[in-house]
Amino acid sequence: MASGLAVAAVPTIAMSTDLNNLPPHVPSWSQELGDGVDVSPYGTPSKFEKKVIRRTVPWLTATPESSVSFTPLAKLHGIITPNGLHFCRHHGGVADINYEDHRLIIHGLIDRELIFTMDDIKRMPSVNRIHFLECAANGGMEWRGAQLEALQFTHGMISCCEWTGVKLSTLLDECGIKPKAKWLLAEGADASGMTRSIPLHKAIEDCIVVYAQNGEMLRPEQGYPLRLLVPGWEGNMSIKWLRRIEVGDQPWHTREETAKYTDLMPTGKARQFTWFQECKSVITSPSAENPINGKGFVEIQGLAWTGHGKIQRVDISSDGGKNWQSAQIDGPILGKALTRFRMPWKWDGKPAFLQSRAIDETGYVQPDFTELRALRGDWSIYHNNSVHTWKINTGGDVENVQLS
Amino acid sequence: MSNFLKNLFGISLAVFVLTSHATTAGTPLGIGTPISKLEISGWNIDARPDGHGLPKGSGSVEKGEIIYIEQCAACHGDFGEGAGRFPALMGGYDTLTSSDPNKTVGSYWPYATTLFDYIRRAMPYGNAQSLSTDEVYSVSAYVLFVNDILTEESTLNAKSLATVKMPNRNGFILPDPRPDVKKVACMKDCKTEIIIESFARKIAVTPEIKKDPSN
Repeated sequence: MASGLAVAAVPTIAMSTDLNNLPPHVPSWSQELGDGVDVSPYGTPSKFEKKVIRRTVPWLTATPESSVSFTPLAKLHGIITPNGLHFCRHHGGVADINYEDHRLIIHGLIDRELIFTMDDIKRMPSVNRIHFLECAANGGMEWRGAQLEALQFTHGMISCCEWTGVKLSTLLDECGIKPKAKWLLAEGADASGMTRSIPLHKAIEDCIVVYAQNGEMLRPEQGYPLRLLVPGWEGNMSIKWLRRIEVGDQPWHTREETAKYTDLMPTGKARQFTWFQECKSVITSPSAENPINGKGFVEIQGLAWTGHGKIQRVDISSDGGKNWQSAQIDGPILGKALTRFRMPWKWDGKPAFLQSRAIDETGYVQPDFTELRALRGDWSIYHNNSVHTWKINTGGDVENVQLS
Repeated sequence: MSNFLKNLFGISLAVFVLTSHATTAGTPLGIGTPISKLEISGWNIDARPDGHGLPKGSGSVEKGEIIYIEQCAACHGDFGEGAGRFPALMGGYDTLTSSDPNKTVGSYWPYATTLFDYIRRAMPYGNAQSLSTDEVYSVSAYVLFVNDILTEESTLNAKSLATVKMPNRNGFILPDPRPDVKKVACMKDCKTEIIIESFARKIAVTPEIKKDPSN
């Protein structure tokens, strides 16, 4: 498809381009020696990618220690989030914990109350799993209408990594669960002492006590040296800096699962224990950060995910949802993981409204804002999994709008 | 028996246990060390609505006010009204169905034990786990007092805290009723017209991003 359009595109030269580096000239890097292998013992991205960073919205929160930074989704490729760009949500800053001094205690309704060192945990049978992690508040600022102008802020509280650790069920087997046990309390060692109640069936199904992320030990801001991962459920439950698990027969109703991560409905009643992150997708290019550079061939790219398993299909509309076409799924389709989709498109230079709509293996179809608001009102915060609209303007710039 | 022989015996026994059970699902591997109740107690700081986990001790609204003014009021206001972006702890009654719901301890929180648990583990912000048990009971009592849930003369302990009835106790829906949106995926002629309801650019609250395609 691209070859037929090649002659139509006029190459544009960015303002920062040095013409002396373009043919027929020979650039300096083709003549002089570069850095040796000993210059950068732990590598960093190219200095020409320095704008690909986590960003914050300072007006959102009172202090940066209890706040959020967003992943630059528009500038990433594939399904894996680089460790340095994983979004951060802390409630008491980043705990700076020495591997040697970290301990995990498991106690309560079990036969053997145990304390584990990090070496103990790394000695146990391990698993690798690729899973997304999404904050329940991802997209929360958009509930009342289109508000933030970049994909980084409308959708950047999601990541997907290869996580390595020990199945929580393995650790629980070590302790011997008593028959009365139904719930766990997971607690962090940070200054917020983050705690969430987790039903035992989920703990046994697929929770992982994680020490590594994309092949290296966890970053401090992701819970080094040990965190919980609760696949497919709201990110707040994946307790970082995990120091204690208590086994009990009922939930604890902690502050985060009563006062915070609950969904107040128009009736004045609030849904509690809304754990699943439902099926969602977004187009990452074109997007506000990836404008279209002239008429012609455009590859529409995006990400889809669901807390209920695997993505089955993604549809794309360029006319604001009047007509849809199924996209190509590219790369692995893994359970509770980001999934890439692509579709070739020819932009005619006219305004367009790009949308993606994902369907998961349960048959659930990603809803529109109008459908979500009809049920949950205009003032909700969490669990926004609405279809997102990018308005393509005649200049190729892209803006965030909401349609009815 | 010498320590050397005891250790040697211990090791060979451990190896025997491992090799005889390692392939059996659900059987302990023998990793991890037994921990005493005393050691657990230093980290076991949670409290549950049924009173499980609430420690011995007591506090009063009167003592709580002094601690609160010193250690809490800078962020939460003298009477829990909040300050800046820091959350209000009181008020907001009858706002849960409005377009600007104010979810405070008094208007929203279903359990008083959650207040004790949260203060004990996370407050004061930046100096967590610094209050004594009696001080946590006292500050909890004061916050309940400013919400008209306790009287000015009240005291709190493990037993009385677990019996406090919060105004929004029955304000929560369980279990999760989702999926709440049920639809089929229409493919063709799904809408007749497109109306733009809102533009993010018109709000203009986005931190600056250089929209340079080379970045």
